[in-house]
Amino acid sequence: MLHARPNERPNSFRTGPDENGRFGLFGGRFVAETLMPLILDLQKAYEAAKGDPAFQAEMASMLTHYVGRPSPLYFAERMTEHLREVAAASGLSGGAKIYFKRDELNHTGAHKVNNVLGQILLARRMGKKRIIAETGAGQHGVATATLCARYGLQCVVYMGAVDVERQKPNVFRMKMLGAEVVPVTSGSKTLKDAMNEALRDWVTNVAETFYCIGTVAGPHPYPAMVRDFQCVIGNETRAQMMEAEGRLPDSLVAAIGGGSNAIGLFHPFLDDPSVEIFGVEAAGHGLSSGLHAASLTGGRPGVLHGNRTYLLMDEDGQIQDAHSISAGLDYPGIGPEHAFLHDAGRVTYLSATDDEALAAFQLCAKLEGIIPALEPAHALAKVMELAPKKPRDHLMVMNLCGRGDKDIFTVAEHLGGM
Amino acid sequence: MSRLPTTFAANAAAGRASLVTFVTAGDPDPETSLAIVKALPGAGADVIELGMPFSDPMADGPAIQWSSMRALKAGMTLKGTLALVATFRKTDAQTPIVLMGYYNPIYVYGVARFLADAREAGVDGLIVVDLPPEEDDELCLPALAAGLNFIRLATPTTDDARLPAVLANTSGFVYYVSITGITGAATPDFSKVSAAVARIKRHTALPVAVGFGVKTPEHAAAVAQGADGVVVGSALVETIRTSLDGAGKATEGTVAAVTSLVRGLADAVKAVRK
Repeated sequence: MLHARPNERPNSFRTGPDENGRFGLFGGRFVAETLMPLILDLQKAYEAAKGDPAFQAEMASMLTHYVGRPSPLYFAERMTEHLREVAAASGLSGGAKIYFKRDELNHTGAHKVNNVLGQILLARRMGKKRIIAETGAGQHGVATATLCARYGLQCVVYMGAVDVERQKPNVFRMKMLGAEVVPVTSGSKTLKDAMNEALRDWVTNVAETFYCIGTVAGPHPYPAMVRDFQCVIGNETRAQMMEAEGRLPDSLVAAIGGGSNAIGLFHPFLDDPSVEIFGVEAAGHGLSSGLHAASLTGGRPGVLHGNRTYLLMDEDGQIQDAHSISAGLDYPGIGPEHAFLHDAGRVTYLSATDDEALAAFQLCAKLEGIIPALEPAHALAKVMELAPKKPRDHLMVMNLCGRGDKDIFTVAEHLGGM
Repeated sequence: MSRLPTTFAANAAAGRASLVTFVTAGDPDPETSLAIVKALPGAGADVIELGMPFSDPMADGPAIQWSSMRALKAGMTLKGTLALVATFRKTDAQTPIVLMGYYNPIYVYGVARFLADAREAGVDGLIVVDLPPEEDDELCLPALAAGLNFIRLATPTTDDARLPAVLANTSGFVYYVSITGITGAATPDFSKVSAAVARIKRHTALPVAVGFGVKTPEHAAAVAQGADGVVVGSALVETIRTSLDGAGKATEGTVAAVTSLVRGLADAVKAVRK
């Protein structure tokens, strides 16, 4: 927390949420009465764990030896050179120095495991034997199935029937890890419906079930708790950049579906005014097409899945389906803290289309030998726009939050079976 | 002035429980839905609980989810729901109407405008599933100030320590959810319902109605033994569903199928003398 002096940045951006789980207007606890006592229990258990050195030590040890942290902060030299050439071609002399935070190197291939590890250790402390989760692309489901296998816990993953079909390899991985994958056939049969179904399970099996939410959404304390578990990304970045360059980065860029990888990178830098911060939503076929997943750019405030945030909905308040080539960004809402940071003006939210993400995906593979997931490919698409306009001594960090193995078939299909 | 206290008191004085019937506004289409709602009191419903359709009904089982989808597909909106109530009120000034649903459509409509329009239409009370006491400032307190009842759900997870908070701003009646779970799923253990109602009654003078999992006249009679009200919902919307034709349209038998079930439930509830 920033201790402000009079007349100088009176507020910290890092103090939320308040005791009611609010980040300004956003957040809260909009859940059925059956779940309310469970959420209050969870909050108590999490507060206790947070202050318990034994819990923190167990987290740290598992992050090192099981997840493989810290993930490297990698100077993307050829991407940097390429974008400097792009700058030169338009008569500019600049081009930022680009770093990738390599969270795709984590066990299970994405940042999701940082959060799941925290929640599973908490579930163990609370004596819960049965873990449920929702998943879109399957990355959170795989991470949850992985940790459940590691600790011998029962695991049930809800996944939209449409996503089960388009993410078959991850469904197989989850089953190999011993999880039960339940295809959800209600509503639009995608991530939001999987979350509805997980909530229905939780309300039914209250006594021994722990709901492991995959992003910084849901009722308080989830948005804050998941953020805390993901902040390892930003904390490492801070230390690694000090070591590499002797100073803080000048800008941060991350993709946003629910927004957990982004808030994990951003949060430790929110009170450093010199650091520009960019979140990138999925613009699908383009914002004007109506087929997108950009809740902040194309939505408005509403209440869903336990919190108030920006949502895609019609004028009657009915939730609309999101559209993105990336199943991980295919959600009609966004974490409430992002809604707050958007309205406060601290973070700039941009959007990238399917086509822009596909172009960035291919460029990253060719120039850096890294096949990114389609989610960070959205962030990279905006790095490609932002970096050429920045001076050469500008240090830009992009969160490469997942690897693209899961996406190669989707990409091949879009590129005409290459 | 809400019609709920009068209705519950009159039935209690007559030595019987009240029958609360749930249907979704606009299911299977606005016109048939109005005909169903109009026919409910004559079939024996004491209170009409009208679902405000929502795309993501997280606390509801498949039956009510489908009914919500049918209504939305047929063009139902929150505005349309209020209009349905207003039309009903032209021919029925007595039967209490409670709107039940989720917060987002109301929030988007605008809380102040919604409360004014609901009162104007003749709504007596609100049940909003995703607004626990922790969020009372949002809608509960403004609704009470506007003269509407705000009916809260108490559940098996609401322990004695929490009950006073749940009951604090509740009015009209208390809706006891007989199971941990979603609507229309499990059948409750009816032998435990009376004890659960008695526990709540130790904390409040309000009538206690019991719902979730009450499907047949036999269930209704069992619940009526210990409760002031019996809520039936999923069974009614399932009756609507099975009455539809192959294209999902209402048939001549749709309204009659619903009233016939309601008549059976009402007879069962009235037969339990208290």
